[in-house]
Amino acid sequence: MFDNLRRLFAALSPSSRADEEVRPDGGVVSEESARQPDSGSDPGPVGRVTEALNSRFGSDFTESSVFWLLPFLLMALFVYGAIIWNLLISLTDYRGFANAPDYSNLDFEMYARALGDPGFIDAAINTFVLLIGFTGVTLVVGLVLAILIDRGIRFENSFRTIYLLPMSLSFVVTAQFWLWMYNYNNGIVNSVIGVFGLGPVSWLGNQAVVLPAIIFALMWQFSGYAMVVYLAGLRAIPSEHYEAAKVDGASTMKMYWRVIIPQLKGATISAAVVLMVFAMKAFDFLYSLVGGYRPPNGADILATKMVREAYANLNWAYGSAIAIVLFAMALSVIGPYLVYEYRRDNL
Amino acid sequence: MSDTESRTDGDAAVTARIRQNLEQTTVEDVGLYVVLLVMAAFYLVPIESGLVTSFKTGTAVIETAPFAPPGPSGFTLAKWQAAVDALLRGMGNSLLYAVPATVISAVVGSLMAYGLTIPNWKQAYKAPLLAIIIAGIFIPYQAVLVPLTQFWSQWVELTSLLSFVWALGIPNDYAGIIELIVTHVAYGIPMCTLLFRTYYTNLSEEMIESARLDGASLRRVYRRIVLPLSGPMFAVVLIYQFTQIWNDLLFTLVLVATESSPAAPVVLILAGLGSSLEGQDFALRMAGAFLAALPTLAVYIFFGDEFAEGVAA
Repeated sequence: MFDNLRRLFAALSPSSRADEEVRPDGGVVSEESARQPDSGSDPGPVGRVTEALNSRFGSDFTESSVFWLLPFLLMALFVYGAIIWNLLISLTDYRGFANAPDYSNLDFEMYARALGDPGFIDAAINTFVLLIGFTGVTLVVGLVLAILIDRGIRFENSFRTIYLLPMSLSFVVTAQFWLWMYNYNNGIVNSVIGVFGLGPVSWLGNQAVVLPAIIFALMWQFSGYAMVVYLAGLRAIPSEHYEAAKVDGASTMKMYWRVIIPQLKGATISAAVVLMVFAMKAFDFLYSLVGGYRPPNGADILATKMVREAYANLNWAYGSAIAIVLFAMALSVIGPYLVYEYRRDNL
Repeated sequence: MSDTESRTDGDAAVTARIRQNLEQTTVEDVGLYVVLLVMAAFYLVPIESGLVTSFKTGTAVIETAPFAPPGPSGFTLAKWQAAVDALLRGMGNSLLYAVPATVISAVVGSLMAYGLTIPNWKQAYKAPLLAIIIAGIFIPYQAVLVPLTQFWSQWVELTSLLSFVWALGIPNDYAGIIELIVTHVAYGIPMCTLLFRTYYTNLSEEMIESARLDGASLRRVYRRIVLPLSGPMFAVVLIYQFTQIWNDLLFTLVLVATESSPAAPVVLILAGLGSSLEGQDFALRMAGAFLAALPTLAVYIFFGDEFAEGVAA
C-alpha cells in the first residue's frame, strides 16, 4: 500500500518540483545558496545578506528557507493575518449588504453590545459547559476503554476498531444518526429508557436536556480518540510498575488510581486539548442537526451564534466580535498547552 | 485468536500480561468481555440503526423497531436511489476540491516540516516559528470567517479574474471550488507540518549528516533520503487531510453558500436533505448519510491501523 502511494507520489512530484522552480523568490534563494560556497572571493550584495542571515540564524537558514518560507507566509496570511483583520472588523460597525467595512471609525461598541445581549451570555455559558462537560466525560470514557483493552484481551484490534469507528464519520453524518436516535416517537434512546419505565423525553426539544444530549452524542463520536491516546500512554508505562503494585498487595482499582493514572498526565493533557478543539468545531454538528443556522433552543454556542449573526443576519462586525471572544477562549486553552510543550522541549 | 497472536509480536511485557490473563479465566474476565461487548454495541447501534432504517419504506420506519431490519414488505431501495440522485453531483464536487487540496497540503507539509527539522539552524529561532505554526491547528475557524469572505469577495475575485474559464460554459459557482482548495491548503498546513515533523525528528541523523558532509545540498538530501522514507507518513497525512476536507461543512457553507448551487459539495446538500414542511424523511436522511460517509469509511476501513498509529503519535 505504501508502495502504491509512493508510486502515486513519484508520479506527482515532477510537476510539483517544476512549480517550485517557477516560484520567483524560491528560485532566487536557491541560486544564492548555490553560489554561496565560492562566495569567498566576491560575495556581492546578495551573498553578503545571505551570509549575515546565516551567521545570525544558523548555517542552513537561507538554503532551508526554500522549503518553508512560502507555505509559512501563506499560512500566516490566512491564519494570523485573518485574525488581525477580524479584530479590526470587530471594531467597525460593518453590517448589511455593504461591500467592505468602513475602517475610519473604530470603537468597542460591538463588545459592549455582546455584554448586553442575553443571547450572547447564554451562548458563552453553553460553550463553556460544552467544552468542560464534553472533554471531561470523553476523557473518562476513553480512559476506562483503554484500561479495559489494555488488560490483554482477545480480539483487541477488533474492539479498538469498533470503538474508533464513529470518529471516522463527519459531524454532518453523525448528526443525522443522532437526530434519529433522539427521535421522540421512534428513536432508540427513548425505547431504551422506556424499558426502565422512563420517558419518552423530547431530547432535542427540551431546553433542560438538549445540551447534555449533544454532549453525549459528541462523546460517542470522540471517546475512541481518547482511548487511543490513553492506550499509547498505558503501553509506555513499564510493566514493573504494575508488578510492584501487585507485590505490594494493592487491589486493581487502587493500583490504577494510585500508580497508573498519575503517570498518564501527558496523555490527558494532549487528549484534552485536541478534544476541546473538536468541541469548538461542534458548529458542523449543530448546523446539520437542524439544517440551518438556528440550533435547538438551549444549545446555542458561540460558534453557531457567530455564524448566524454574520451570515444570516448580516451583522458582520458583531459576528467578528463574537469570533474574537471565541478565539480568546481557545487561546486560553492552547496558550498554556504550547508553553507546557515548549518547556518540555517537545517543539 | 489471530488478534492475540499479532499483538504478541510487541513487547514481552504485554505478552506476559496476556498469558497471565489467559491462565486465570475467572468471573472477572467474563465481566470484562460483557462490558467490552456492551460498549461495542453502544458504538455500533447508532450506525446499525441508521443502516437498517435507510432500507425501510415510510410505514416500516414508523411500525418496526428502529434497530430491527425491515421485513420483506417494508424493504425498499427507493431511498438509496433518491439519495444517489440528490448527492452524486455533490460527491463529484467534493472530490474536485478534496483530492487536489489533500495532495497539495501533504506535499507542502512534508517540504515545510523538512525545512524546519533537518537543516541546521538555531533552535532558538526554530522553536518559536514552530509554536506559531502549531498554534494554527487550534484556531477556531470562526475567528477567520468574515475576513475570509472579504478576501474572496473583495480582494481576490475569482469570478471576474477567471472570466475566461466561465466563458467556456462552466458555471462561475465553480470559483468556490478553487477558493476551497486554496483555503483548505492554507489551514491544513499546520497539521500536515506537525505530523511530518514528528516523523522527521525520529529519522536517523547519521545518514543525513554524512550526506551533508559529502556536500549534498538540502534539496538533494530531501529528494534522495527524506522523501523516499516518508511513505508511511504520507499515508497518514493523506488519510487525515482527505477526511478533514471531505467532512468540513463550515468553509463550504461560507464559500459556496447554497445547496442549490451547481458547485455544492456533498456535506452542504446532506445537511438539508430529507427535511420538509411535512416532517423529516429519516430513511432518506440515513441513506444520504451513508452515501456521504462512504469515501471516508472506505479509507478508514482499508487504512484504519495506520490511522490509529498516526493519531497516537
